[in-house]
Amino acid sequence: MTNGFPWLTLIIFLPLVGAGMIAVAKESLARQIALACSTLVLLLSLPLWALFDPSSAGMQFVERHRWIASPPIYYALGIDGISLPLVLLTTFLTPLCVLVSWTAIEKRVKEFMISLLVMETATIGVFCALDFVLFYIFWETMLIPMYLLIGVWGGPNRIYAAIKFFLYTLAGSILLLVALIVLYFQGGQTFDILALSQASYAKDLQFWLFLAMFAAFAVKVPMFPFHTWLPDAHVEAPTAGSVILASVLLKMGTYGFLRFSLPMLPDASATFTPLMMVLSVIAIIYGAYMALAQEDLKKLIAYSSVSHMGFVTLGIFAMNPQGIEGAILQMINHGITTGALFMCVGIIYERTHSRQIVDNAGLAKPMPRYATFFVIFALSSVGLPGMNSFVGEFFVLVGAFVWDKFVATLAALGVILAAAYILYMVQRVVYGMPGVEPSRKLVDVNWREFGMLVPLVGFVFWIGLYPKPVLDVMHASVDQLLARQGLVMTAEAPRAVQENVIRLSSGTRPFEPAGLESRLDQEP
Amino acid sequence: MFELLVLLIPLFPLLAVLVNGLFGHRYSHEVAARLAYGSVFLSFLCALAVAADVVADPQPREVVAYSWIFGGDLSIDLAFLIDPLTTVMLLVVTGVGFLIHVYSVGYMHGEEGFTRFFTYMNLFMVSMLLLVMGNNYAVLFIGWEGVGLCSYLLIGYYYDKVSAAKAATKAFVMNRIGDAGFLLAIFLIFSHFRTLDYTTVLAQASELSTGMATAIALCLLVGAVGKSAQLPLYTWLPDAMEGPTPVSALIHAATMVTAGVYMVVRNHAIYDLAPIAMTAVGIIGGTTALFAATIGLVQNDIKRVLAYSTVSQLGYMFLACGVGAYIAAIFHLVTHAFFKALLFLAAGSVIHALGGEQDIRKMGGLRQKIPITYAVFMIGTIAIAGIPPLAGFWSKDEILAHAFVQHHYGLYLLGAIGAVLTSFYMFRLTFLTFYGPSRVDPHVAHHIHESPKVMTVPLMILAALSIVGGFLGVPPEHGLLHSFLHPVAASAGGAAHESSTGLVVGLATFATLTAFAGLGLAYYLYVVRPHMADEWARRTSGLYTLLLNKYYVDEFYDRIAVEPCKRLGDMWDWADRHIIDRVVQGINHMTDKGAAAATWIEKHIIYGGLNIIGYANHLAAWSWRKLQSGMVHHYATIIVIGLAVLVHLLLFWLTGATPGSYAMR
Repeated sequence: MTNGFPWLTLIIFLPLVGAGMIAVAKESLARQIALACSTLVLLLSLPLWALFDPSSAGMQFVERHRWIASPPIYYALGIDGISLPLVLLTTFLTPLCVLVSWTAIEKRVKEFMISLLVMETATIGVFCALDFVLFYIFWETMLIPMYLLIGVWGGPNRIYAAIKFFLYTLAGSILLLVALIVLYFQGGQTFDILALSQASYAKDLQFWLFLAMFAAFAVKVPMFPFHTWLPDAHVEAPTAGSVILASVLLKMGTYGFLRFSLPMLPDASATFTPLMMVLSVIAIIYGAYMALAQEDLKKLIAYSSVSHMGFVTLGIFAMNPQGIEGAILQMINHGITTGALFMCVGIIYERTHSRQIVDNAGLAKPMPRYATFFVIFALSSVGLPGMNSFVGEFFVLVGAFVWDKFVATLAALGVILAAAYILYMVQRVVYGMPGVEPSRKLVDVNWREFGMLVPLVGFVFWIGLYPKPVLDVMHASVDQLLARQGLVMTAEAPRAVQENVIRLSSGTRPFEPAGLESRLDQEP
Repeated sequence: MFELLVLLIPLFPLLAVLVNGLFGHRYSHEVAARLAYGSVFLSFLCALAVAADVVADPQPREVVAYSWIFGGDLSIDLAFLIDPLTTVMLLVVTGVGFLIHVYSVGYMHGEEGFTRFFTYMNLFMVSMLLLVMGNNYAVLFIGWEGVGLCSYLLIGYYYDKVSAAKAATKAFVMNRIGDAGFLLAIFLIFSHFRTLDYTTVLAQASELSTGMATAIALCLLVGAVGKSAQLPLYTWLPDAMEGPTPVSALIHAATMVTAGVYMVVRNHAIYDLAPIAMTAVGIIGGTTALFAATIGLVQNDIKRVLAYSTVSQLGYMFLACGVGAYIAAIFHLVTHAFFKALLFLAAGSVIHALGGEQDIRKMGGLRQKIPITYAVFMIGTIAIAGIPPLAGFWSKDEILAHAFVQHHYGLYLLGAIGAVLTSFYMFRLTFLTFYGPSRVDPHVAHHIHESPKVMTVPLMILAALSIVGGFLGVPPEHGLLHSFLHPVAASAGGAAHESSTGLVVGLATFATLTAFAGLGLAYYLYVVRPHMADEWARRTSGLYTLLLNKYYVDEFYDRIAVEPCKRLGDMWDWADRHIIDRVVQGINHMTDKGAAAATWIEKHIIYGGLNIIGYANHLAAWSWRKLQSGMVHHYATIIVIGLAVLVHLLLFWLTGATPGSYAMR
């Protein structure tokens, strides 16, 4: 499968090479180099999709080299059905972020593009790392370019927002570091994520470890009540920063739950499930109400993110196939839809220099094409069937419903509220007469903007109408994750159990990563 | 061949949507229109062919397009079910839909958004077809939301009108309330049956406990109430009249709003097991039928009267479902599609003739000026009023007879009073519009003209259908429609037919008399003694104002739902900024100070430093410096906290358990 070709290393470090080239090149070439480099990374990431074997639950494209002898730290990379979609999401969105910043960023273009590309390296690294230390390095590296994106190219209140962002995430990260060290000593003196996932830890220890990891991941998601950094960060960040932040960065939190909390700490995960479900439902409803009250477009979308990410965590902790697959799909969907909405806000901000809804009223008349895009993404955010978010939300709600009917009912209220806040926004932005300065000439989307929005529309409908290819890559990995939870056997419905068991036994044996020595001989 | 035909039915309009939507701006309105109605006509032809096939062999058949989603044990195909019920709905949707498309070519002529209008209309056709053809609840739901979307887009068609935008949002959000109920029903069905296919679910429905069946049926009912504009979720429909008139005819009268009725009939196997839910359906239907009719008595906007009449007529269909008369419900659905589409389109023709005027107080005496419109409007009125032998008489009478024979006397009474009122307000509308002296604005008066053929021909066809449509269900209980639908929609306890012929004839005679009573009263008040009506209104001014203001339900909802929702949002917004933010930070004081300090440092040291060092200072060094100088305090604080937790963990770990318990397996 891997053919020994270091695909992952290539796509992780190519952006760094690009960043280096920008550093030595002329300022006027920075945009072109960044675009070329990120597009190349995108093209190189496509073979991952083609070569990926969806029937295998194990890690694929594994690379493993000893990095530090003692403690044994490896340069270990690999992806499975959970990380592959996220890697592709990142490589897909980065070129769009370069495009969206093409004219919006006027000062320090070089540094901006370097930050973007460093960001890409760090985020892909996070999704690919199989060694906890390596993961942690990428995880922390990512903070710096993001901090700079907000702090240097942000709005008037950018320093406050950047510091708040930094503090929140760093506080979580420190606790993750603590957990990392404890796991090293308790999990057999290894940083190998797969090995750590196979070890078993005492229940009390799991409890504390879960809390430590929760601090790191919940801040990133962000889960209620750790969400207050998000609106500030979004409002101040430049468009590309907002897109990366919403589409990729937030996913690291939910990815962390899936990669660390659930497989390493199954008992604690089970203990905390009710709390997580309640926090998720609060996030869904609370975020929606908050969005309803906003007058600033970016803030509105930021709070809608809180609500949407609530669906993701709801699905993850429902701990059944529908819930988790829905959650992963929803991570992708949120990346596409919310990223697109932030781009739309960026486009209009370049024209009216305001993100206030009142200043951007009645855009359908002067900018019909823009209005069309905006409405499509808004409806996708509402979760209309035939569009991407519906499939994810539907799965998540089914999963949550199997877990507890009452919780799912409350979450379904979020569906109503989503329609309310999104359409209320559309009503004010798209409909009506043009706002305060009707005389001002508003130019419709140009070719560059058209070119970056069209692929996103494509994804909206592709995942909405034919999500099978995306779901197919997840099945095996998700089943394995659930097998580790021991939850397949206790699932409510007898038929579900049978089918899953059959699929597990007739499918691959869990944890057989190619090229990884088989230390994991015990079946879960 | 059969399968291909079935797949082509939604595919034709879908292609038209794609072509008109993507390239519509490149060619003329005429081409766009031809594509739009042509595609619907092709669908209609396919539907006819399918219908012929189903008549020959009424066995339900499944056609799978492709596997849509699959995860865990949940697997959903985009699959269609073709049985007699679907066939009837297909013919109504494509047939009436085609006529309305043709009419729209004339009505929307010269509109700036002509192509956009037809793109939305075709998209609506696709969604509606998915809704009635789907073989599982997920496809039903796709169609369900799809028609809601198109309704939203078309109500807001005149996008620069704020009232239209508001009405559109209102319609969608109110529908969503119903949709949430529908979603819960889907989850209940899935958690019980582990599939969403009708074929399995409905075949195994008898295994449901009464409680479960009631829960599913009530959740479905919430969805149906939203979509079919029943009490208490009906207020969006009158506002939906902001859309162009053909939209009102197609979506808000003939097809989409009947989706709730279709859903209840489709799931009658579940409803039959849930007497409480059945009673709820019947009561909601009966009260809505009467309630909406009373509001319709005094409205002055021609389209709003028709809108309330639609709500009321849908109430009759629900009433029918509630008493187990499913075939009668579908029968009324079909005849209503004919005469209500006719009435709306004829009203559109009136509005067209008067240059956009919708207030019936500014009409009158139009009989001679637009004779074709007058004739067809009159036919529609007679049909809806329940005067034999036009369509409405047969279907409405069958519903009321069922209610009476099965001893639902309360529901019968609601329906019977509603019938008198229906007859009255419809003839009031007709007389005020077409009889008496002209009250038309003199500027408009000499522009009055009959509509072009492209509009009048569909009107005449619909008028013909409104006259003869009722004979599908004649003789009562044993008509063509009944024998066709019997395999799929016969009620479990359909004992209605054992009643004596005498009773049935008696009820029919009584119904006819009440219809004539409404007609007579309207004639007396609005033609013979035109001043009487105003006098009556003055004498009962309290009641009149109450009705004119639609019982203040909108205001009530604003007060109890919309405003508190917004206020809650605002309140939480405040709390979020002032309470949660601070509490969670815990180190809020530090952060505020830190932010201020960092800002100061940024301003005075970093930028200062940058200026000195100049451009040569590259990003890495710059940011590193910034981090180091700006963040030291925070690093320190956080590391202290981290250490504290670490120490805590270590302590716990050393004291809390024996080392052995942590060993690896």
